[in-house]
Amino acid sequence: MQIILNGQAKSLDRQTSLSNLLDLLNLNPDTMAAEINGRIIEPDRYSLQELRNDDRVELIRFVGGG
Amino acid sequence: MLTIADTPFSSRLFVGTGKFASSSIMSQAVEASGSEMVTVALRRVDLDNPEDDIMAALDLKKIHFLPNTSGARNADEAIRLAHLARAASGTKRIKLEVTPDPRTLLPDPIDTLKATEKLVRDGFTVLPYINADPILALRLQDVGAAAVMPLGSPIGTNQGIRTTMQMEIIIEQARVPVVVDAGIGAPSHAAKAMEMGADAVLVNTAIAVAGDPVRMARAFKAAVQAGREAFKAGLGRQSTTASASSPRTGMVTADLNFVQN
Repeated sequence: MQIILNGQAKSLDRQTSLSNLLDLLNLNPDTMAAEINGRIIEPDRYSLQELRNDDRVELIRFVGGG
Repeated sequence: MLTIADTPFSSRLFVGTGKFASSSIMSQAVEASGSEMVTVALRRVDLDNPEDDIMAALDLKKIHFLPNTSGARNADEAIRLAHLARAASGTKRIKLEVTPDPRTLLPDPIDTLKATEKLVRDGFTVLPYINADPILALRLQDVGAAAVMPLGSPIGTNQGIRTTMQMEIIIEQARVPVVVDAGIGAPSHAAKAMEMGADAVLVNTAIAVAGDPVRMARAFKAAVQAGREAFKAGLGRQSTTASASSPRTGMVTADLNFVQN
């Protein structure tokens, strides 16, 4: 299975939930936001949200800014 | 005390977190500034640096968090960023920036108004970044903006307040807090904004790029306090002719023919 993660193709070997993906990437789910195919996923849905082939996943978080 | 949408602030200095050499210097500067409100931006996670998380460097027990929509070129992009910011932090507060032209980074007034209307309906506390336009400030206040953030001069230019006349009208008319944003390049600029009666100022570049950002943060803290005190004290009237400070009677030298200081 392949997804587009932050604009780059990424292969996943098996069915993965969004929270599995965040674990895999070593990301703290409490300080970021996730969008799949342009739709924001609420944090309490991360473990229920299964990724599908060709999903466009955007992972966003805060950086320094004015 | 300054209150924005029911949240009280004892410091009238808001600080941006961009352009610092390191997160450690940034957090020390924020601490030194005494600020209780810091701005942050939203970007894609750098997947090569999962540990690089600004939230870890900020003490969120002491400071409020003001995500911005920087990078948005129109109302739709700004609205999307605001919703992402809420999902990432839980805060309803958003500094709305809509800047279609990367060269000037001047805000689009029409899309800023549209996005403010939508975000207020969506339950956000909206602080729009605007040009120093008194009519626009009133329109934004009317649709529910929690504050207005007029610019002194374009973002990052350090040119100070080049919009004095319009800024004075905004401050005189506003029923919501006026936070002077952008272009404040020196503590004297911040003091001037506060002397004019601004409710707060937002400073980023001038602190972040200073030779010693922590010391500059302290300087801004003092300047904002001084400017606010001066405003509350009431400044003397300006004049184009001199007016002696010392008594003009009982001169010791009767034949002095000039007015003493």
